[in-house]
Amino acid sequence: MKRYMLPLGGFLILLIFLGIGLRLKPQEIPSPLIGKHVPAFSLPQVEDAGRSFNSRDMEGKVWVLNVWASWCAPCRAEHPALLEFSRLAAAPVVGLNYNDVRGDSQKWLKEFGNHYQVSAFDGDGKTGIEFGVYGVPETFVIDKQGQIRLKLTGPLTSELIREKLLPIIRELNRA
Amino acid sequence: MLELRRLLACLVMAWPLLAPGAPSTSDAALELRVQRVAEQLRCLVCQNQTIADSHAQLALDLKKEARTQLAQGRSEQDVVEFMVQRYGDFVLYRPPFKPVTWLLWVGPFALLAAGLLALLYQLRQRGLAEGELATEEFE
Repeated sequence: MKRYMLPLGGFLILLIFLGIGLRLKPQEIPSPLIGKHVPAFSLPQVEDAGRSFNSRDMEGKVWVLNVWASWCAPCRAEHPALLEFSRLAAAPVVGLNYNDVRGDSQKWLKEFGNHYQVSAFDGDGKTGIEFGVYGVPETFVIDKQGQIRLKLTGPLTSELIREKLLPIIRELNRA
Repeated sequence: MLELRRLLACLVMAWPLLAPGAPSTSDAALELRVQRVAEQLRCLVCQNQTIADSHAQLALDLKKEARTQLAQGRSEQDVVEFMVQRYGDFVLYRPPFKPVTWLLWVGPFALLAAGLLALLYQLRQRGLAEGELATEEFE
């Protein structure tokens, strides 16, 4: 009996490690920007190239920055959830249209509905690099002082909005 | 007529050298530096590749950004630092050696050492047991 214990113990330890490995999400890389000041940017708007959006205009507000692109299929998947979120009016949602062609993104907004307060046009993806964007869609929550407090990578779902987004926005709005 | 043709042929062959788009030595040096930086950075979309190996859009964008910054006179170290500030340590293809990664770097060697120790212990036990057996046989 005793001679089986050692291999069995080893096997159990291996199982535990494999179990942990299965739960890890290597796609979700912790952002070093959490707690840092939001990178300042000023970009033309998607809807109207003549007008611009400046990130400083959001100072003093808790706001959400959603990085999207017309070529991004998961962005389309999260669209209904984001629409639902914007209806709650918990915080203004600003879009960052990443690595896109203006005609395409305008068409996309027209086709699926525009729930952004405004979308900033980052055609060459330079502002995206400042935000460490690596997989659209990405969603940032920024507090009144302009600090990034939360980053979600991948499409938003009603669940994520209820459990992650809304609680932190409520907390930050009280602060 | 033959002379003219020869002259023309020479001109045609020499044309690429005269063309303004020909890469100069400084361009080649810059490309080499871009390549060196790119080999240090992980492509976050295709995580087991460096951005030098990857053709993902993000890898191309980051390479472009590295090229722009190097051309502006920043050092390779600066560019890598720039990427780490935005993408985190994970962007480094070779993880840095610091407390959170000690286990990662030392772990395999520690396991090997533990395995060797266990093996040695087993062999000695067996040696002792066999020794006992041998003396028993002699008695």
